[in-house]
Amino acid sequence: MDFSIASILLVDGLTNGAIYALLGLATVLVFAVTRVIFIPQGEFVTYGALTLAILQTGKVPGTIWLLMLLAGLAALAEAWQTWKRYRLAGTALLAGLKVLVAPVVVSLVTLWAAPQQFSLLVQALLSVCIVTCFGPLVYRLAYQSLADASSLVLLIVSVGVHFALTGLGLLFFGAEGFRNPPFWDARFSLGAVNLSGQAVIIALASMALIVMLWLFFERTLYGKALRATAVNRLGARLMGISSQTAGQLTLAMAALIGALSGLLIGPTTTVFYDSGFLIGLKGFVAAVIGGLASYPGAAIGALAVGIIEAFGSFWASAFKEVIVFTLILPVLLWRSLKGGHSDEEH
Amino acid sequence: MTFTKSLLVLALAGSAAGAALADINIGVSLPLTGPTSALGIPIKNSIALWPTSIGGQKLNVIILDDATDPTNATKNARRFVTDDKVDILMGSAATPPANAVAAVAAETGTMHLTFAPIDVSTGKAPWSYNTPQSTLVMSHAIAAHMKKTGVKTVGFLGYADAYGELFLRDMKVKMAGTDMKFVSEERFARTDTSVTGQALKVTAGNPDAILIVASGSGAAMPHKALIERGYKGKIYQTHGAASRDLMRVGGKDVEGAFVVAGPGVVAEQLPANHPSKQVAMTHVTAWEKLYGPNSRNPFAGHAYDASVILQKIIPIALKTAKPGTKEFRGALKAALENAGPIALFHGTVNYTATNHAGYTDDTGVIMQIVNGDWKLQAK
Repeated sequence: MDFSIASILLVDGLTNGAIYALLGLATVLVFAVTRVIFIPQGEFVTYGALTLAILQTGKVPGTIWLLMLLAGLAALAEAWQTWKRYRLAGTALLAGLKVLVAPVVVSLVTLWAAPQQFSLLVQALLSVCIVTCFGPLVYRLAYQSLADASSLVLLIVSVGVHFALTGLGLLFFGAEGFRNPPFWDARFSLGAVNLSGQAVIIALASMALIVMLWLFFERTLYGKALRATAVNRLGARLMGISSQTAGQLTLAMAALIGALSGLLIGPTTTVFYDSGFLIGLKGFVAAVIGGLASYPGAAIGALAVGIIEAFGSFWASAFKEVIVFTLILPVLLWRSLKGGHSDEEH
Repeated sequence: MTFTKSLLVLALAGSAAGAALADINIGVSLPLTGPTSALGIPIKNSIALWPTSIGGQKLNVIILDDATDPTNATKNARRFVTDDKVDILMGSAATPPANAVAAVAAETGTMHLTFAPIDVSTGKAPWSYNTPQSTLVMSHAIAAHMKKTGVKTVGFLGYADAYGELFLRDMKVKMAGTDMKFVSEERFARTDTSVTGQALKVTAGNPDAILIVASGSGAAMPHKALIERGYKGKIYQTHGAASRDLMRVGGKDVEGAFVVAGPGVVAEQLPANHPSKQVAMTHVTAWEKLYGPNSRNPFAGHAYDASVILQKIIPIALKTAKPGTKEFRGALKAALENAGPIALFHGTVNYTATNHAGYTDDTGVIMQIVNGDWKLQAK
């Protein structure tokens, strides 16, 4: 190996690492606020990339039928719960309608926009909206009624949600993969390294997203409410922060991050209906490196995962995944030897 | 459910009629649902184009869904044999359920044509015959083309699964004794986000050719990665990638690649004297009239091939025995094993008592991707 090969691998590793960083941050966020180990994070990546791919062909993506179905179910659940509590038909109906609004509007816009073949950016925006709508609905239907269950129960639910979303992905997108057109079809030569425009976009978008997340948590009321819930759920509730709203908002953000990751990675690889799982799992490894609590830890861990993966695929391609996932063992060992729980853990 | 039920009714009606008129009964177990339904459904559509009678005898074809599950396939096969008294078993389209059908076929002494390759090496599945080509047969075509074009060093970039390993093993068998050799062996998975590392390693020694072993649209990503690395040598793809998905995802980057396939894929371009020319054209014309241009599918081809085989062996077997009897099943087996070469959509088979894999070494054709279309290469 010489310097040029090492630098090419490094760029490749950092590009993928940036995606893993976003997913790792989402995993940490969801775990901190809801105690859910969110396995289906990767499915949002696939849904984002493939919804855009289907829109590119001018067809209506199957994801919006699922979106409307989930919205209908969530609205019924919400209306029923409100009815049980207040016994007021009007209030119950209103609660149900509130759940329906966003998904139905997004679905209708998609139905209208799909055959019009708008520009790539408009379709990308639409895909992000569709997938982001999934977040709160998934939380409402799968997790909300179990919010006080143990982490293990929530993990088992996550596995179930993952299988359901993957299976539905096969139904909507078919068994063959898609590759999206790049957002920026440029190439830069820096010595031996050939940098593609898409890699630059991935790096910039990831950094921008991380800064925006930081601003959101530091400067906005909702962000502070989420942080408060993460630190102490009961305390936050006593202060009037709804843990249900917090959960739904968190999953909406996780879905948004997932969809954006999907758009970023779609032009650099062929995305299949089941690609998301491994991508999400690597984000999870990054999150574990950050102790499922530290955002900078997860981001650094993600870059490390990306770089190790790139060099692993060069030296021992048959064992690449083994190397990446074995990485988690020394980290866990080090974390448990170091002992001591940070005060933000539960 | 209603679909299965209506099939059941059809099946029962068929078997009742069969018993009365001594028609020929064929039981087909296919994955119409489940993970390999994409392979089972074109086979079912292709069976709809079969002739209704062969050798003056009516054909009763009974199709049951096995959902890619070996347990279901066993159940289906047992039902076919005990209730429907079938003369021939077929299916499934994936290897595990096909093995299940083969076990029932061996136990009951019923001829079995499978649409997924199973291990038919001597004595393993005495009543089963493969209709798809083995990786060994396809390796022969690739190795021969490499040799002809003066390739000495070859890089391997393949799936880290059974398909990749089998192809590597069989290519090494075909390259033994020549001056060609593999200079690198790299693996990747279909769902990898990047193959840059592998591509760097494979192209590092600048081999004369690189063989990519992958399937469908999964074959495009490594191909693009090699082009991105500036690789200028020959790139070979296997028959798992010989579908239009390769061009759809790969775009202009896959231009110039060599792809091995069964001859039917390029039916129109086959020379008039090619043994498969006529059968392949017949099938492609009938199929694409129904399902649209360029809709041809290798699995529909396998089902069509099964009907060609039946038209060859049933008239012979009818001379010695009546359908529905043990003697007729024995006569079918003897007829197939002594039929000599049969030209099919997917190449030429020559089944014998010891060779149930069938295809001869000259089966695979090499195509080149030119202007987003297949172009047949001279042998």
